[in-house]
Amino acid sequence: MKQVKVLGSGCRNCVNTAKLIADKAEALGVAVEIEKVTDMAAIMSYGVMSTPGVVIDGVVVHAGGVPAPAAVEGWLRA
Amino acid sequence: MFVIFTRLADWLVFTQLGLAHGTKLSDALHFFVEDVSKIFVLLTLIVFVVGMLRTMMTPERLRHTLAGRRRGPAYVLAGLLGAVTPFCSCSAVPLFIGLLEAAVPMGVTMTFLITSPMVNEVAVVMLGALLGWKLTALYFATGMVVGIVGGVIIDALGLERYVEDYVWKIRMGQAAVPAADLTLKGRMAYGWSQVREILGRVWLYVLLGIGVGAGLHGYVPADFFLRHAGPDNPFAVPLAVLAGIPLYSNAAGMIPIVEALLGKGLPVGTVLALMMSITALSAPEMMILRKVLKLPMLVFFAAYLAVAFMVVGYLFNAILA
Repeated sequence: MKQVKVLGSGCRNCVNTAKLIADKAEALGVAVEIEKVTDMAAIMSYGVMSTPGVVIDGVVVHAGGVPAPAAVEGWLRA
Repeated sequence: MFVIFTRLADWLVFTQLGLAHGTKLSDALHFFVEDVSKIFVLLTLIVFVVGMLRTMMTPERLRHTLAGRRRGPAYVLAGLLGAVTPFCSCSAVPLFIGLLEAAVPMGVTMTFLITSPMVNEVAVVMLGALLGWKLTALYFATGMVVGIVGGVIIDALGLERYVEDYVWKIRMGQAAVPAADLTLKGRMAYGWSQVREILGRVWLYVLLGIGVGAGLHGYVPADFFLRHAGPDNPFAVPLAVLAGIPLYSNAAGMIPIVEALLGKGLPVGTVLALMMSITALSAPEMMILRKVLKLPMLVFFAAYLAVAFMVVGYLFNAILA
């Protein structure tokens, strides 16, 4: 089970990012638990200033903008 | 170079639809078709090229660049970085906190937040293409000056005390943000993702802007604005600034409106004031900034911008009259 955190204030891009990851995980059959982190202090504690950011199993893999679908697949397969 | 868009509009409006030249409808429709095709082609190109070039300019790097600078150069640098850094107002809060946390002065941070929505590559290239390089240079220079002076004043008055207290308690982590893919392929992919993201965000504003511009162009009598907001009306500039507050648009959506207003003979200063007010002074942005700024600071910020835009308006109306 991969722990995925989507960092963002709840803007549309953040919602889209979470949905993209959920859809890809389902398509690939990877078990994920997606959490949306909206608390600013928590977001900044990851060193991320540009949202949405993506954290997988505690590691920041992406910051700023909706990630590319190919990149999402890469993280989920890893 | 842009004549093909005029030809396209000619072909569509006069040849295909068979409308007569010089009617209100054909004028408005022609303006709409020409601007929609021209602006979307331009936007796609600009955003793609600039996206490729700035793969490396992230807010995290901005923070690194501005931290620990001497104040004088820092204001100018913040203004220039505001012009080239990708910015969406939804990132204003983390950016603001991140910069303060890196001990960047509040005024320098505000300089960035003022210039960022107002001056950017989309505004510059579209203004240049549609309205000429002279007005673009004026817009760019005054945008920078307004941002830099605002930052200097904010620091001089010690307005840091009006930052919300929780902001000072946030500590940023050192997590390494993954490096961007700097190969040509990676840059092109980033360029396209920027096109999708930015066009996805602004297309509605652009269409609305072009629609309003086309309506003004076709249906508002040529002397309407001259009579009501021309050089003889001393209140035209403050009215333009006030009108810009509820009108919220990004630079791309505002340009067709500006194009139509200039076409109706409105003085350049008044139009500059309106442009700046539309892009930089907006209720949604103020609501977002309220999360980090106490009310007195927010009021000061809005008042400063309003006054600055009026000064810009009067100044250019006087110089260029």
